[in-house]
Amino acid sequence: MAAMAGVLVLSPIPVPVDRAQAQQGVTLRVAITQQVDSLNPFLSIFQAGTEVGRLMYDYLTAYDAVDQRPVEGLAKEWSSSEDRLTWTFTIPAGKKWSDGKPITARDAAFTYNLMMDDEAAATANGSFTADFESVTATDDETLVIRTKQPQATMLALDVPIVPEHVWSQVADIGEYRNDRTPVVGSGPFVLTEYRANEFIRFAANKDYWRGAPKYDELTFSYYKTVDAAAQALAKGEVDLVNRMGPAQFDSLKDKEGITLNKAQGRRFNEIVINSGAATRDGTPIGDGHPALKDVVVRRAIAKAIDLDSIIERVNGGYAQRGTGLIPPVFASYHLAEPARARAYDPAGANADLDAAGYARGADGTRVGPDGRPLSLRLLGHASRAYDEQTAEFVKRSLADLGIPVDVQIVSDNQLNEASTAGTFDLVFSGWGTNPDPDYILSLHTCAQRPNADGKGGTTDTFFCDAEYDALYARQRSEFDPATRQDIVKRMQQRFHDQVPAIILGYDNALEAYRSDKFASFPVQPDPGGVIMAQNGVWGYYGATPTDSASSGGTSNTGQVLAVVGGALVVLVGAVFLVSRRRRQGAGDRE
Amino acid sequence: MTRYLAGKLGGALVSLVLVVVLGFLLFRVIPGDPVVTMTRGRPVGAEQIAELRARLGVDKPLREQFVDYVAGVLRGDLGTSYVYSRPVLELIGERLWPTLLLVGTATLLAVALGLWLGIRGAWRRGSRFDRVSTGVALTQWAMPTFWLGMLLSMATGDLFPSGGMRYPDTPPDFLSQSVDVAHHLVLPCLTMIAVVYAQYLLVMRSSLLEEMHADYLTTARAKGLRDDLVRRRHAVPNALLPTVTLVFLHLGLVVSGAITVETVFSWPGLGLLTYEALTGPDLPLLQGTFVVLAGAVIFMNVLADLAYRVLDPRVRAA
Repeated sequence: MAAMAGVLVLSPIPVPVDRAQAQQGVTLRVAITQQVDSLNPFLSIFQAGTEVGRLMYDYLTAYDAVDQRPVEGLAKEWSSSEDRLTWTFTIPAGKKWSDGKPITARDAAFTYNLMMDDEAAATANGSFTADFESVTATDDETLVIRTKQPQATMLALDVPIVPEHVWSQVADIGEYRNDRTPVVGSGPFVLTEYRANEFIRFAANKDYWRGAPKYDELTFSYYKTVDAAAQALAKGEVDLVNRMGPAQFDSLKDKEGITLNKAQGRRFNEIVINSGAATRDGTPIGDGHPALKDVVVRRAIAKAIDLDSIIERVNGGYAQRGTGLIPPVFASYHLAEPARARAYDPAGANADLDAAGYARGADGTRVGPDGRPLSLRLLGHASRAYDEQTAEFVKRSLADLGIPVDVQIVSDNQLNEASTAGTFDLVFSGWGTNPDPDYILSLHTCAQRPNADGKGGTTDTFFCDAEYDALYARQRSEFDPATRQDIVKRMQQRFHDQVPAIILGYDNALEAYRSDKFASFPVQPDPGGVIMAQNGVWGYYGATPTDSASSGGTSNTGQVLAVVGGALVVLVGAVFLVSRRRRQGAGDRE
Repeated sequence: MTRYLAGKLGGALVSLVLVVVLGFLLFRVIPGDPVVTMTRGRPVGAEQIAELRARLGVDKPLREQFVDYVAGVLRGDLGTSYVYSRPVLELIGERLWPTLLLVGTATLLAVALGLWLGIRGAWRRGSRFDRVSTGVALTQWAMPTFWLGMLLSMATGDLFPSGGMRYPDTPPDFLSQSVDVAHHLVLPCLTMIAVVYAQYLLVMRSSLLEEMHADYLTTARAKGLRDDLVRRRHAVPNALLPTVTLVFLHLGLVVSGAITVETVFSWPGLGLLTYEALTGPDLPLLQGTFVVLAGAVIFMNVLADLAYRVLDPRVRAA
């Protein structure tokens, strides 16, 4: 009991909040909710791990903060040959690793070659070097990459370049943890301490080639739930939080010293329609409803779903209406106004189905030409409230259309299994996208369907369309930006017309920061963009502390006092109890 | 004695073998390709996925995977985590002490609180104290743990950290670190106590109630002993037996019981590790934590049996 009392007694003693500024200098404290899987940039697959990797290692080229076009990374200049197969990058002298050694083209060549030769090194980013023929450094400043076929994505190689003098000593890339601090890197921050799933600490790289960051330390603390992270921000334990839901975001609205950032996100939510799941050689798999192969049915379904009210009610207004595969944040590739746009039109959808011969049966359920009633299954993730809530909207909308929907909310794994095997009619899905549209577009090409054994595909729609594939091949080798943008938009138009999936909306990225500590953060793109999870590290790198933050703060004496006080109470309590017991015992001795 | 011990240990061994086998089979039932789940949303080609599958050994037939796994367990190797690319045993080792600290402290305090309230309640059965303390305990027990945790965190304002085990920038010396950890421990510990002490209270209360009308208590009272003393010296020791078993059994279970509390407060222990392994799904890690958690329960069962023998002369005689 006494110990219990001790724990309780800790509470009334106030503990200063801005304890982090107790030590010298200014720290930016960030809450992360996704774990960092590995510090080894060749192995790290999770977004949080990649983001940490970006702080430590520059890429060959970077994405501009304002409009995400390729700008100087380690390489300052680049050019490609007439046949688009040879690329030459210039890495100027003067950039240094954090241990003072110069960064040269040989480091970049070493990195790419390692990924081409060593399977483990290709774990995370192997797709970027898959089409490389050879990579050589002709001298310290010149890097030459030859590709097997023209690639329009050569200025979007998201591969952290590592120092050869450190990594050439590593015996087994797959086993290497890269946690011997300080970790030698080229980025604006140097890793100084790492405790898996607790926190990560960086010191500002004072010799960074773009110039030193405006503060001294950067820490990432791990919070398992967004609720805890949002609370930590409210309590002042951290300065920056992202990935919030509408409820958490709104709860921080009127808090003093906190500024919200409602940013354009790079994710979209979709409902995939099983338009005929098949393997790469065209063998049908799964048990999707046959009527969904009819594009008229798919279009009618899409027309009957009210995207705006889903955004209003489910996303709390924090999303944009879906059109194509590329979100509006990548403005040049985004298909803002599809031709033959589908407005919410349940009456029209009903008429379309009537005209196409899907008459209503006795119970009001529509029946296909094969006599099979149009009743569909819709799978959603149990881990995402979004799916469950949106499913209700879809169910009601389709019921009005004469299509009963059986909503099944299942575990992520069950859902993945069903979508890989094609055993669904409708399923919730969603993707994050990159500044270069190639990957997200590639997912819906015929080649991405699974092997005969059902493995190896990355598609979720099983979409296979000759026109789409032809356009895909063209955009991949198109080097004129305007022409490529046009092709990419035409691909999305085709996707929109064929409706292998209904793009529901693009979630806003909801972030908040302590504006009493940090006056401003660069966003990407500017305006309207994100602070965290950028295609780059502008947000962390360019953060500007307020004047009061730089002047230092209180100490953590209060906390020490609280605990010492608690310990004292425990001790006094124990002594009291023991003495009482003694006294009693004396009286009771028989 | 030797036969008793051998019997108990043999039983434990059989259970362990079953756990190892189950640990493998159970998680193969989980549908989905872990590699696809892990790499979702990233630019990964089909070849890369095939390579990853080969590296992680999930492309082998189930029988081969099983043989590899059992051979590994026998060597004391629980495999390598998919997500962290690190040995499972090492990850579990790292998370063991935060869990022991949290669960140990919380159990100790919950047992003390539960027993004390249970004894008081039973002795003055039906009194206002009894009704209130039982009512409060049951209410807290019925509350969802995560909700209670979040309420506590909100209600205490800025006093305690909302998550984690320490601040990144605490000076590395022992005193500062201990103070920091203690500070972070308060909320998760309180939450856990609030939820679990009810069961100790109830068991203690009911087993004491059973003793209340026993003849030996009447004898003790007849000797003229003070009521307080009758309770402490005579009734409570006898009523303690079921509680001791319960405590031991729970010590095995609490490790896994901390999953919710650890998740709410981002406490980097075994519970959180299990939760993460499950959301992966990180099969080797899941198997590993399963074997370790189940092993802990089995071990504590054996200890409970032995403790019972020591505490209860009737078991020794039998």
